[in-house]
Amino acid sequence: MLDQKQHVKLPEGSLEKTTTTLNLGPTHPATHGVFQNILEIDGERIVSAESTVGYIHRAFEKIAERRPYYQITPLTDRLNYCSSPINNMGWHLTVEKLLGLEMPKRVDYMRVIIMELARIADHLICNSVMGVDTGALTGFVYLMTYRELIYEIYEEICGSRLTTNIGRVGGFERNFTPAAWAKINRFLDEYPAVLQEFEKLLTRNRIFMERTQGVGGIDAKRAMSYGFTGPNLRAAGVDFDVRVSNPYSSYQDFDFTVPVGTTGDCYDRYLVRNAEMWESISIIRQAMEKLKGLPDDVFHADVPDFYLPPKQDVYTKMEALIYHFKIVMGETDIVPGEIYNAVEGANGELGFYLISDGGRSPYRLHFRRPCFIYYQAYAELVQGAMLSDAIICMSSLNLIAGELDA
Amino acid sequence: MSLTNERIQQRLTEKFGEQVGGFEEPYGMLTFTAQKDYNLKVMQFLFDDEELRFQFLTDITAVHYPERKNEELAVIYHLHNFQDNVRIRLKVFAPVSAPKVYTATSLFLSANWMERETYDFFGIDFVGHPNLKRILNVDEMTYFPMRKEFPLEDSMRIDKDDEMFGRGGNI
Repeated sequence: MLDQKQHVKLPEGSLEKTTTTLNLGPTHPATHGVFQNILEIDGERIVSAESTVGYIHRAFEKIAERRPYYQITPLTDRLNYCSSPINNMGWHLTVEKLLGLEMPKRVDYMRVIIMELARIADHLICNSVMGVDTGALTGFVYLMTYRELIYEIYEEICGSRLTTNIGRVGGFERNFTPAAWAKINRFLDEYPAVLQEFEKLLTRNRIFMERTQGVGGIDAKRAMSYGFTGPNLRAAGVDFDVRVSNPYSSYQDFDFTVPVGTTGDCYDRYLVRNAEMWESISIIRQAMEKLKGLPDDVFHADVPDFYLPPKQDVYTKMEALIYHFKIVMGETDIVPGEIYNAVEGANGELGFYLISDGGRSPYRLHFRRPCFIYYQAYAELVQGAMLSDAIICMSSLNLIAGELDA
Repeated sequence: MSLTNERIQQRLTEKFGEQVGGFEEPYGMLTFTAQKDYNLKVMQFLFDDEELRFQFLTDITAVHYPERKNEELAVIYHLHNFQDNVRIRLKVFAPVSAPKVYTATSLFLSANWMERETYDFFGIDFVGHPNLKRILNVDEMTYFPMRKEFPLEDSMRIDKDDEMFGRGGNI
């Protein structure tokens, strides 16, 4: 056998590299987004990893310093684009808190329905993609049908599907149509059986368990130090949920449990997300029950300074025209102040740090993006694992490129 | 919720005296400033103290106030105590000519990228950071874009040919 080494002419005294450098990404189908990992591999084992982000950085924080408040909502869409409505609502809630606006209960409950649907859509993608990465495509195509239904619900409510720009500061732009309610009811009727079937497909599946158990595990202390929040932190055994610790949008009226895991590995993250989907279904059901006792024509607060008047009034009434003009031109008075408000996004604590100096745009707006903060643990999670584990670990963390880069 | 803002303020002033100040509570969150060289000491105290237990770093960011002389840049830390569910905000001001503050990476692993992001956009030099380089912007960039001296493009400018973008071309 020919000795390979004799063909390589290395300078005298140089050390020979025994590991291979592998670029996983930036545009690799298995990364599900634009980010790069430079892996140093020894055979199939990962020796070290270096993550590079910033490929779709769009300077939202800078752009926000020029925009009136209502025009920032579409920017938040593009953070975690798998669950845009949560980002939108988070932004509305932040501005409402800054302005001290009180929402009617019905608006709160409608928001809860939308946010929980978005959480289901996000978790559903994450878990079914984990299935895909372990070689089980069936669950993915099956669950996708129901993400489609969720998107149709968004479409009925706000007219768009992925980047929703749903709701306004002060409520919703219009009431939910009967078609939207019918679709929400259809979702509640059909989805539990589907989710059950999906769980039957994967949860006790030997191959899936072998691929995910003990892979990418992290203990609670390290997870906290790495700034994990949301399902990833709960999988490590810390029962922290912003919906419970700092309730917003009347989450305190709902009865739900916070599922936790123990080992923080990929399998636990999968289980926590599945359990959360069940909780979300239960929360939506409770919200539907609570809405029955409330007047069904309230869909925004009575805050004419910040909420756009109906279009027909703008053409016929003086005050409506003035308010419309002031809001659209961004001439409404915003109180100076400094506020940090967080919502439980699908990936964790989504925070908005807003400084207003009283001008038409924020003086400074910073997004606390959960993905960005916990992605730095990735190098540690995959160290010593197999290359195929790195893929499954990435999808179980539910990394969304839009949220990484802002 | 046993830990009150007053109690935190009392403990901090007992320990650091003049080095911490500017206590206020915008929207219920205790906010205070620490002297530039004391940010790490204050955070270490908040972390280790058995009563305070601020062991979760929520966020690091910065704000640029060009009109404040010698304290143009503010580094903002949001800390969270999970047990008592209390959040606080710590501010450290630094001059834009030498924006040096100590890194929190020894205390929180998550501070690594957050500080890199803050460096990337504001040029805060986190002393002792293991890998302080740009994270979202390109490495070749020579300025810090979130500072206020870099305004966004004037949306009313008329010297630009936008015909290819469907905005009518030269006006």
